Amino acid sequence: MSIITNINKAFDHRIRLGIMSILMVNEYADFKMLKELLDVTDGNLASHTKALEKDAYISVEKQFIGRKPNTRYATTKLGRAAFKKHIEALEKLIHKQ
Amino acid sequence: MEAKDYLKDISEIKNLMNKSSRFISLSGLSGILAGVYALIGAAIAYWLVMNHSYGTLLLDGWVFKTCLLILTLVAFFSITTAIFITTRKANKNNEKIWDGTSRRLILNFLIPLITGGLYILIILAQQKYGQAGALMLIFYGLALVNASKYSIGDIRYLGVIEIILGLICALLPGYGFFLWVLGFGVLHIIYGTIMYIKYDKK
Repeated sequence: MSIITNINKAFDHRIRLGIMSILMVNEYADFKMLKELLDVTDGNLASHTKALEKDAYISVEKQFIGRKPNTRYATTKLGRAAFKKHIEALEKLIHKQ
Repeated sequence: MEAKDYLKDISEIKNLMNKSSRFISLSGLSGILAGVYALIGAAIAYWLVMNHSYGTLLLDGWVFKTCLLILTLVAFFSITTAIFITTRKANKNNEKIWDGTSRRLILNFLIPLITGGLYILIILAQQKYGQAGALMLIFYGLALVNASKYSIGDIRYLGVIEIILGLICALLPGYGFFLWVLGFGVLHIIYGTIMYIKYDKK
């Protein structure tokens, strides 16, 4: 199996990679926090979180804080494993050069 | 994608992991100034005890009360200076002063510190004075070690050294004053200087 197969297409984008990086070291993050850290628009972020959610790499929890809706994201077990594999593949690729 | 892009990916990952989980706008400068305040406070206390209290500390005298006041003032000025310098640096870094990372940092720093502070007040109220200096160093060290997970990692080493000094201080109560000066004064200045050169000069 070649190394390239371990590069996960789902993470091969700056914003999706960013979302996963943040969620790997935080128990959870809400929409606003992700938006500020990644410096992206609402629509852009929403489409990328949806993509990761569809792959079951992150879980989404919607709730209300007072009257304000609040969306929290967290990694799933599958997402953590997939992300680790992706990073290892990246590192291998870099060391090969 | 080329290898260069992958390298960029990795550094971006690291950067985001740090930025989202650690509050890094602490400045070495606040460490240096906290050390200076501690040294000034210790010098005044030393002078008072030597000239107005016959070289020993009488527990019900005004000198003892003044020493406690000095201690409070040192803590107060260290904290206000730290808040001021940190706010300025956070603004410069475009980092928010009050967000998830700073909240977590302060909470985890304060848990051991307030526990220790209350414990010291309790034993002081029970007239057990001998270990107060050692306990201050130990609990402050524990607070730093605990906080290091949410800030610049190097704080951990300062914490460990403070804990060791505290334990030595507990073994040698006679040297409590000098170990306190070493731990809160000299160490803060040395450490703040190293941090300043390492992180602020850039």
